[in-house]
Amino acid sequence: MGLIDYFRSSTESNKGSASVAKERLRILVAHDRAARDRPFYLPKLQEEIVAVIRKYIAVDDDAVSVHYEQEDRQEILEVNIILPEAPPQA
Amino acid sequence: MARTIVITSGKGGVGKTTTAAAMSMGLAQRGHRTVVIDFDVGLRNLDLVMGCERRVVYDFANVINGEANLNQALIRDKRCENLFILPASQTRDKEALTQDGVGQVLEELAKTYDYIVCDSPAGIEHGALMAMYYADDAVLVTNPEVSSVRDSDRMLGILSSKSRRALESEEPIREFLLLTRYAPERVTRGEMLGLEDVQEILALYMLGVIPESKAVLNASNAGHPVILDQESDAGLAYSDMVARYLGEERPMRFLDQERKGLFSRLFRG
Repeated sequence: MGLIDYFRSSTESNKGSASVAKERLRILVAHDRAARDRPFYLPKLQEEIVAVIRKYIAVDDDAVSVHYEQEDRQEILEVNIILPEAPPQA
Repeated sequence: MARTIVITSGKGGVGKTTTAAAMSMGLAQRGHRTVVIDFDVGLRNLDLVMGCERRVVYDFANVINGEANLNQALIRDKRCENLFILPASQTRDKEALTQDGVGQVLEELAKTYDYIVCDSPAGIEHGALMAMYYADDAVLVTNPEVSSVRDSDRMLGILSSKSRRALESEEPIREFLLLTRYAPERVTRGEMLGLEDVQEILALYMLGVIPESKAVLNASNAGHPVILDQESDAGLAYSDMVARYLGEERPMRFLDQERKGLFSRLFRG
């Protein structure tokens, strides 16, 4: 390996693959851990809430978000429903 | 009171059996009565790494099925009188290890041994679940590589939901991280996750860093746990790891690449 290649390889192509790995893992592990701590019935709950709301209002699948958080001795279940912008015609 | 330690990882090929062999030998050499159990039903390998493959008569499944008693199945290590090996069964019946059967064998072993080291198979199937179910401590063998780190994290989730301690709401399993196949020069070059990176992601107590080493293959070729090779970096790193497990303070070694001068880099690099 020549001198120029040596400097090039150590400054460009190789640098950073570990930091990319770390960033990807950080996100993935946080996501996995959040999913792990959630009660098992959450997806089903979300599905049924959407179904009930749909009886009255036409909402998209992704208009309902169910958020679960756990702090020491407190569990928070947050249900967020985004209603369509235009009010349904009377 | 006996402590049951599971050597686990989720991912295969990261060094579980090497670690189980080294750790059990290390504990035994320090005077603790130790038994190491191979849970990899159908793919028995610990006996090879320990160098006692020709002395296997009965195995773990034979004991559970009442076809042999524990003393008939246990193999005493020829190098260290405190160490015994319980080999896995080569049966293709993956369910050969029942939960109750494993529990009874471990309970029996706990009467005589200080440490029971369980070498888990890869994956999250029955054998891996049986290996970790009764554990008091877990060593998560992890390579500095994305899939291994992720699988170790998955395993942490399983330990905290499917183990006996979790299900019976007892004090949780003590979880330790062991980084293996570590290549300091690649970490320096930014090509490999470093010790701090992995520790930050998994947030576990770091039991040790085992450098990538030729000594590991040489040791398994010969059937000697690598910890017996005290000339090698890996052997010394495993000794440190055992000491830390027993509560001693040891600085991490083998984290720096050998420093090469500019001239040697230019002319030999």
